[in-house]
Amino acid sequence: MSRLLDITDLHIALPPESQRPYAVQKMNLHLEPNEIVCVVGESGSGKSLTARAVMGLLPKPRVRINQGSVLFQGEDLATASDDRLRQIRGSDISMIFQEPMTALNPVMTIGTQIDEVFRFHDKMSGKERRSRALELLRDVQLPDPEQALKAYPHELSGGQRQRAMIAMALALDPKILIADEPTTALDVTTQAQVLKLIKEMQATHGTGVLFITHDFGVVADIAHRVAVMQNGLVVETGTTDQVLRNPQHPYTQGLIAAVPELAPRAARPRSTETVLKVNNLQKTYRSGGGLFGGKGREVHAANDVTLDLARGETLGIVGESGSGKSTVARCIVRLNDAEAGEILLGDTDLRPLGRAAMRPHRSKIQMVFQDPYASLNPRTRIGKIIAQGPMMYGASAEEARKRTLELLEIVGLDNRAYDRFPHEFSGGQRQRIGIARALALEPEVLVADEPVSALDVSIQAQILNLLDEIRDRMNLSMIFITHDLRVAAQVCDRIAVMQRGKVIEVGPTAELFAAPKATYTQELLAAVPGKGWFLKEDAVQAQAT
Amino acid sequence: MTFWKLFARNRGAVVGLIILLLITFMAATASLFFPEDPFSLAGQPMSPPGENGYLLGSDSLGRDVAAGIAHGAKTSLLIGLLATLVAVFVGIVMGALAGYYGGVIDNLLMRTTEMFQTIPSFIFAILLVAIMKPSIESIVIAIAVVSWPAVARLVRGEFLSLRNREFVQACHTLGMADIRIMLGEILPNCLSPVIVIGSLMVATAILIESGLAFLGLGDPNSMSWGFQIGAGRTLLRSAWWVCTFPGIAILLTVLAINLVGEGINDALNPRLRERT
Repeated sequence: MSRLLDITDLHIALPPESQRPYAVQKMNLHLEPNEIVCVVGESGSGKSLTARAVMGLLPKPRVRINQGSVLFQGEDLATASDDRLRQIRGSDISMIFQEPMTALNPVMTIGTQIDEVFRFHDKMSGKERRSRALELLRDVQLPDPEQALKAYPHELSGGQRQRAMIAMALALDPKILIADEPTTALDVTTQAQVLKLIKEMQATHGTGVLFITHDFGVVADIAHRVAVMQNGLVVETGTTDQVLRNPQHPYTQGLIAAVPELAPRAARPRSTETVLKVNNLQKTYRSGGGLFGGKGREVHAANDVTLDLARGETLGIVGESGSGKSTVARCIVRLNDAEAGEILLGDTDLRPLGRAAMRPHRSKIQMVFQDPYASLNPRTRIGKIIAQGPMMYGASAEEARKRTLELLEIVGLDNRAYDRFPHEFSGGQRQRIGIARALALEPEVLVADEPVSALDVSIQAQILNLLDEIRDRMNLSMIFITHDLRVAAQVCDRIAVMQRGKVIEVGPTAELFAAPKATYTQELLAAVPGKGWFLKEDAVQAQAT
Repeated sequence: MTFWKLFARNRGAVVGLIILLLITFMAATASLFFPEDPFSLAGQPMSPPGENGYLLGSDSLGRDVAAGIAHGAKTSLLIGLLATLVAVFVGIVMGALAGYYGGVIDNLLMRTTEMFQTIPSFIFAILLVAIMKPSIESIVIAIAVVSWPAVARLVRGEFLSLRNREFVQACHTLGMADIRIMLGEILPNCLSPVIVIGSLMVATAILIESGLAFLGLGDPNSMSWGFQIGAGRTLLRSAWWVCTFPGIAILLTVLAINLVGEGINDALNPRLRERT
């Protein structure tokens, strides 16, 4: 009997001017019914293109399958006609995407979009289609399915949109579901729910799931079998247990070692000197209202936030999207103006200072940004990006140059970087440049807003180490914003958990992890992907000893 | 890839560039080939092309059409370039201030821009030239006044999206002054679309100038294509060549500039690069 999906010796060719000739090379992978196979790899490993090749959605003619076969129940999809592929897509193989907001049509209701799936592939009466759609939405556990049918994508939350996508993908009971990073854009608690849902739906329908992800935590939670990809090659395959517990290939070993563990770092003595103190900070966003009255919406992004930062320590601010953690960071570096409260740096309150009055204090608080691709001016050379700070504060061109070269070395970059443009560097290198820029003014406080969330795990670990190293070396105090508790565990001495604009719990990392007081903190900790696997491993070790 | 390679991928743009260079050459050497004043009566009126020593014929007063086209090219290109430069400068200043500061300043500047946009641009240009006396300067001013709003809207849009980028915010945290952020950080990143719209605007400016000259609102002291067509329009049936050749000159120039503009757009706009 032929397998559900059998990929043999698949080669996907890239256009001639690309970095490598093949996006995917010599790929062998199969999928049985009722099985979840995870394809794991870092960005650029070719995992997404593999998924697209199965769906017949490669950006032809520049990227195409040039060797090998993709057999779906014995039928080769690599050579199938477009008409045949259209029949298969949706009814036999369907896909869910990373970002449900862009995968759903914003001007059509969820009901209409599910209805379309039925209309294109099946002959059913309108009433029947409606009742099936309703049933599907009930199956994916959307609250109030009746209402969801009539809702537009923007009226649902991220998690609800992903549920609707899953409903749509499962509408015709496909044999294969391809999920391309379906939970990457979601908050941890939502991610845990959506993963659970995918597992349940897969089990009840007996679907084979090809799950693309970069997160080993997610793999541990969901996969039966794993394929690890690096630069277009499958370097290791095996059952989840085999690959996670006993990785054979050095690349897999490196990746798994780089996954931040949910174990708090060793506690360090805390300095008694307070560098920064935030008291009762308030920031409200107002939207709507407008010219003709109407009721505006108010969001308390920071509601009575009080924090303090001792010299040399790292304070983590953890929360999900919309919790106000970035707003607090931006208020502290004065990119946003808070309405009330105090931001005490030493003895000066920064909050009420005007732009001109703020200027002399700017150099003491610097920021590292989230997106390494957006945080460097694409038209400015690296040397100038770093040197312009000191030069604005009166350093001569020669001094600034010397300082810049020194900083490049500190962040682990070559001298030659000085005359290059940002697009010549990888994401991790760019983040190093961003850090060098922030350090150029010799700040006392460094605010890092999700500095590693746009990076691959192996690079993440390097950047986190670098941040740790320079904090000690330059006696910096750091505020570290993150949504990822695993990352926070690695770098933070103390953690503040935020929810809906409020700080609901602050404490030393170890204490907070061992005995979380607030229910929300407990939920967050429980939702960390792969937690079960880490615990199991501990249990295994405990048994062994 | 270098700019030229990207540009040369669009064949039409290369053809346009060649035509444009030829026209520029013609304008530059007009006084060499036609040393006489193009307004002077050179000989027999109403000669068809090729007769009586006229390459492209003569009009009802015996003026050489070929000399008119060569000297007219100078006027057209000069006015097209000058008007565009002024319009782009004003547009960038208004758009940058509106987009960067937002709020009240944005409202004020954009409402002003809209006021200019509500008046049909050609009629507005006629009105302006008629109020000032027709001359090269007044035509340049009129064309610039009706063209800058498009640039302003474009630049404002770019500034709006760029001012919230992280690299701009990083400059804020460094304490950089606004003017430096605007000129040094944001402007270089939005120059590509401005260059594109500017190159296309030269073509529009040439058309407006021809239209004005056709209506008798051109500079009376300089020969122009529009003026030639205006002078020949009553003779269209008896002496077709008087209107036709300047018309073709306008057509070719505008077409060439549009092709070049398109080529620059393809080369500078990375999102279109993969379009094959």
